Amino acid sequence: MAKLTIDDLKKIKEKVSKETSLRDGKANVKITVHMGTCGIAAGAREVMNALMEEMAQSDRQDIKVVASGCLGMCSSEPNVTVEIEGEEPIVYQHMVANKMRQVFKRHVLQGEVQTGFALARI
Amino acid sequence: MREISLHIMDIAENGITAGADWIQIVVDEARNENRLKIEIKDNGKGIPNTMVDKVIDPFVTTRTTRRVGLGLSLLKAAAERCDGEFALTSEPGKGTRVKAIFQYDHIDRAPLGDMASSVITLIAGNSDVDFVYIHIVDGKNFTMDTRDIRKELGDISLTNPTVIHHLTQSIKKELGRLKQKK
Repeated sequence: MAKLTIDDLKKIKEKVSKETSLRDGKANVKITVHMGTCGIAAGAREVMNALMEEMAQSDRQDIKVVASGCLGMCSSEPNVTVEIEGEEPIVYQHMVANKMRQVFKRHVLQGEVQTGFALARI
Repeated sequence: MREISLHIMDIAENGITAGADWIQIVVDEARNENRLKIEIKDNGKGIPNTMVDKVIDPFVTTRTTRRVGLGLSLLKAAAERCDGEFALTSEPGKGTRVKAIFQYDHIDRAPLGDMASSVITLIAGNSDVDFVYIHIVDGKNFTMDTRDIRKELGDISLTNPTVIHHLTQSIKKELGRLKQKK
């Protein structure tokens, strides 16, 4: 039975050690990709993939990504909630990979809420 | 669902919602038997005997956001549509096992799809859960156990994006190897 190990584990460890030397382990940002049956059927996995790729390219160490259940707004799935410390949570709707990248780059990294994709406040 | 791997992701999430911190996914492409078998086991709180037959009903759910839970009924329908079988067993306090079998070459069988992405998505989004993923193709197999990987990583988090990226590539490579003819 072949067991899977990560190739180049040493290289990864070196790379990651350099990146994390400044980190204090606190997560200032939490991004929740909603993965209920509705979200999955609507394409949440691709949104998550895009998010993980963006995370790998960014050097931020304080962002936590979580997969959670359905919010109850199934018709607007995939939904993504972005919570930045000290700010109110923003729920993004009808997400796709490209929108996720934009939200990550502009909202998460630069603080600019992408109101065009967000759930309108009543 | 468009891919069977999405069903797998969905049912695994059920286990996590039930409090599991260990999920085992087995995909067995027994092409020589013309069967595709998938199994998802978890160590969550399980389902009481009185509910086991009811959970397959889409209008029975533990969700509070909606009164409909489609995951199990969609998977059951998908399997039965392909001359297959569906079975759910559970032991309260121990865990639940969901099995689905499909006729491999059935015209209505959805593709297995991107298993690597589905497994990685589960790992990336649930940092406190351990996953064992076993993929078998005509008897050849490989196993991925996040507990082993965590040990190898030491201090480094399993959900670190660099690790996730490399893990994805490793799974894809192993899957490619499995599918190659000898």
